[in-house]
Amino acid sequence: MFLIHCPYCGEREQSEFKAGGEAHIVRPKQPTELSDDQWAEYLFMRKNIKGVQFERWVHTHGCRKWFNMVRDTSNDEIKATYKMGEKPPTK
Amino acid sequence: MTNNLRVKSSKFIDETYKISFKFNNKTYYGYKGDTLASALLANGIHLVGRSFKYHRPRGIMTAGSEEPNAIIQLHINTSRTEPNVRATEIEIYEGLEASSQNCWPSVNFDIGGINNFLSPVLPAGFYYKTFMWPASFWEKYEYFIRKSAGLGKSPTEPDPDMYEHRYIHCDVLVIGAGISGIIAAKTSAKNGFKTLLLDEKPYLGGSTIHQNSEHFKINNQISSSWLEKEIHEIKKIDNLEIKTRTSVAAFHGYNFLLARENLTDHLPLHQRDKKIRHRLLKIRAKKVICATGSLERPLIFDNNDRPGILLSSAIEKYSNLFGVACGQKNVLFTNNDSAYETAISLFQKGINVEAIIDNREEVDSKLIKEIEKNNIKIYKGYTVNDTFGYRKINKISIMQLSKDGQKVVGSKISIDCDCLGMSGGWTPAVHLFTQSGGKLKFRDDDQVFIPDKYPSDQISIGSCNGEFTLDEILTGISKRLKDFLNIKKTDYENLEIQSHFNKTKRNIWLLPSDKIIGKTKPFVDYQNDATAKDIKLALREGFRSIEHVKRYTTTGMGTDQGKLGNMHALGIISETAGSRMGELGTTTFRPPYTPLTFGTIVGRNVGEYFDVFRKTPIHDWHVDNKAKFENVGQWKRAWFYPKENESMHEAVQRESKAARDSAGILDASTLGKIDIQGTDASEFLNRVYTNAWSKLAIGKCRYGLMLNEDGMVYDDGVTTRLDENHYIMTTTTGGAATVLGKLEDYLQTEWPELDVYLTSVTDHYATISVCGPNSKKIISKVIPNLDLSDKKFPHMSFKNTKIDKVKCRVMRISFTGEQSYEINVQANYGKSVWDKCMQAGKEFNITPYGTETMHLLRAEKGFIIVGQDTDATMTPIDLQMGWIVSKKKYDFIGKRSLYRSDTIREDRKQLIGLITENPKEVLEEGAQIVLDASKSPVEMLGHVTSSYYSPNLKKSIALGVVKGGKNMMGQKLIIPMENKQINVTVTDPVFLDKENKRLNA
Ligand SMILES: [Zn+2]
Repeated sequence: MFLIHCPYCGEREQSEFKAGGEAHIVRPKQPTELSDDQWAEYLFMRKNIKGVQFERWVHTHGCRKWFNMVRDTSNDEIKATYKMGEKPPTK
Repeated sequence: MTNNLRVKSSKFIDETYKISFKFNNKTYYGYKGDTLASALLANGIHLVGRSFKYHRPRGIMTAGSEEPNAIIQLHINTSRTEPNVRATEIEIYEGLEASSQNCWPSVNFDIGGINNFLSPVLPAGFYYKTFMWPASFWEKYEYFIRKSAGLGKSPTEPDPDMYEHRYIHCDVLVIGAGISGIIAAKTSAKNGFKTLLLDEKPYLGGSTIHQNSEHFKINNQISSSWLEKEIHEIKKIDNLEIKTRTSVAAFHGYNFLLARENLTDHLPLHQRDKKIRHRLLKIRAKKVICATGSLERPLIFDNNDRPGILLSSAIEKYSNLFGVACGQKNVLFTNNDSAYETAISLFQKGINVEAIIDNREEVDSKLIKEIEKNNIKIYKGYTVNDTFGYRKINKISIMQLSKDGQKVVGSKISIDCDCLGMSGGWTPAVHLFTQSGGKLKFRDDDQVFIPDKYPSDQISIGSCNGEFTLDEILTGISKRLKDFLNIKKTDYENLEIQSHFNKTKRNIWLLPSDKIIGKTKPFVDYQNDATAKDIKLALREGFRSIEHVKRYTTTGMGTDQGKLGNMHALGIISETAGSRMGELGTTTFRPPYTPLTFGTIVGRNVGEYFDVFRKTPIHDWHVDNKAKFENVGQWKRAWFYPKENESMHEAVQRESKAARDSAGILDASTLGKIDIQGTDASEFLNRVYTNAWSKLAIGKCRYGLMLNEDGMVYDDGVTTRLDENHYIMTTTTGGAATVLGKLEDYLQTEWPELDVYLTSVTDHYATISVCGPNSKKIISKVIPNLDLSDKKFPHMSFKNTKIDKVKCRVMRISFTGEQSYEINVQANYGKSVWDKCMQAGKEFNITPYGTETMHLLRAEKGFIIVGQDTDATMTPIDLQMGWIVSKKKYDFIGKRSLYRSDTIREDRKQLIGLITENPKEVLEEGAQIVLDASKSPVEMLGHVTSSYYSPNLKKSIALGVVKGGKNMMGQKLIIPMENKQINVTVTDPVFLDKENKRLNA
């Protein structure tokens, strides 16, 4: 079970959190302008990387804040967590 | 044969404390400190069970948790009965009753033993090949397989014991209290680390503690005496917690571990009352030190499974720890020096050793010299090629090994014996290390897998790291601990070590025989009866992956997870297939390391605590009034209120009729309530609901439908504008938490610029709904100064008011189609307001109704229930609710998806009403709907989602979803049931009061 560093609360047990899929997918500002294919790209297409992946997590049983996580899915190493709206770490 | 094989008093056994116990209905005696296995052996009993497939007689093989054979059932026919208990682990206590598990009718006469003689027709994969085909026969085979397989019996009564969970946080966790673990724990604790030391045994010191030989010394003291002093010292250290009888079950990522602390299993039954039996420790350690030791390997030769054949180290342990001789004519069989240690131990205790058979040809060591000095015959370069004796070994046959070890040569020599100890070297116990994600490497010198890459802050020390001898363990330990704990000094820098152990080993995975392999039974996995022959067969049949061979032959799939034989299986595969063992890899070790009881896993979450539930403030009233309850999410909701002798159907019909004829009352407190405030609250609602909210006047209510981004209906409910920037949203009972989560997600991640605050207030309010033609009269009695006229208080509006001095919100909204008022009051006043309504409604026969009636009433009106009439594939258009989808709004969640090529298809499943030809016939929810049942394959058009007998319409009504249903009004369809076909007609889903006259009646 992971120990996750919530950017607002600090280190907590994984059982307090929920994962929310791939990070940095922005909801289109003008969905009505999009073709079916473009909309489908936003709606359905997600990466599933073996290796370093950017993910959304929420501290459900804590501060209820959403934040982002960089996690290596091959060994579950959490490289970083950072607040929504912040730039992902480059390294 | 003598019945007492105690040879010498042992300090681990209390011979002044005699304990009687029963095994297979016969009474025996042992002493405090005995395990069931040691006590049985002291009574001359080796035969304790039958093997799984061939039902061969099997005896105790080991002295630890790796035991494959001595699997027993404890306390048969009581609520404490427990299968799969290892006799080598259970400590005896007064009143213990145990029986052999895998034998019928008795261990000495076993019907299944015939399988042994049928074994040529029971090869690997036999079960797959035979019993699985034809599939319909499986049921018949299964009965017999289960009956004779000896899977043990589970208890049929509730467990009388208590269990609990405990969290532990520590700086350093040390697993295993052998010599390495003791040194590590002491070093860690003395350097200020909060340390936890665990061991599965009831005593500390591992195998060194009974190592009573002049040949192994530390600082000129016999190793066991040296270790005793260390143990004495660590017990005095404050920040070191020591737990014995505690077995680590699982080692997860991020140094999270589960361990089972066994607190009462060694106590007499009468002393267990009101005590915790097992405690599951949930440990989060900053650092972990694995000192889990190693397991001795058996040797694989023909008939290596007879009772009386044990691991050499087990024989040593039984004599040193328990003072028990496993036999009077012992022979040891080895490929390394370990058996000589055993021989010396036995010799010291006056236990006779007849001979030692050593695979190695030219080998010498101080240990071997001592054996020779004592006139014990050593056969160097020999192997055991067969054993004899049915219920217990009585003779072995040995032959010389060829130079390459692949053949036997020369003539057979027979040796009489009543006990054979075997040692095939040692396997590091890396199970926990690999569970944590650690990667192993193969050491070719002595053919062992040892830890290579650590996935977390942990190390393995001692024999689990492949350091098998005293000097190997102690020379490196100081530096390893200093590096790992980042400390300058340890107490173990310059130990003087004497260890006379020759490290050479002659590793032959499958020892040769004079017979062809097809005629031999060299067991690799004792518990599952898999032989070397089976593994070779699997390879011949084309299996290559170790995981496949394992499943095909069932090697390593017993409750012991193949702790003894897995390495041999790998070795035989690699030899036969010509691959290198290091490349073959091992099978996956999965938690738990040793089996856990269900009690340990659930802890205190039993009975009413199994799954916590939520009660409304009016719950007790429902209980007092004999309501039947239904689970909705975690809520207990009143389902219906049967009067004396009333069936559910009768109660629901009565409640439904009363609600429309006069008045009904419903506890709706479970509906989710979200308080929404902020200057952008209206804009926010515009974005999350399909309809428009900006123009909703203060004091008005509106029904809203919420979609997922994919356009599918997600939740619904009425939201009320309390003030300019203040709304209260209601959600479905089951959807409350996820709706809040979804709204928070959008607010935080997509629209952080919006000034909106969300608060869940579900538990803060009690909600009481009074409906029916007399509802207005009742409310006017409860709240006399509130103007209830349709003009002042029309449908879909709300008022702030007071009942006596208690503030409340009253909404005039309806889920039944009747005129109806919903009173929201601070939760702790809920019960008193409910009582007031009941009192005021008495003259109108106000009838409390439950969720079933609520569902029926709304179905009469064609109102959907999200999750019952919808699944995650229904758009508002599919539900014929296009009227609620705003055409003007630029965007809302799910809007774009409503005109994807798939969502605009005309032949999607759409909500319709169904009327049965026979008005008395009530359809089954979930039943399939078809057009033509005569043509095969029958096309499924849809299914029934809601179905009731309506007492108000006096006919059966149903809602359903049907492909292209919107354009099928009046169409005749068929519901095919098991014995009949029901004719139905598609109608509008609104069955009652299409003009909504009753809302203002
Ligand atoms: Zn937090």
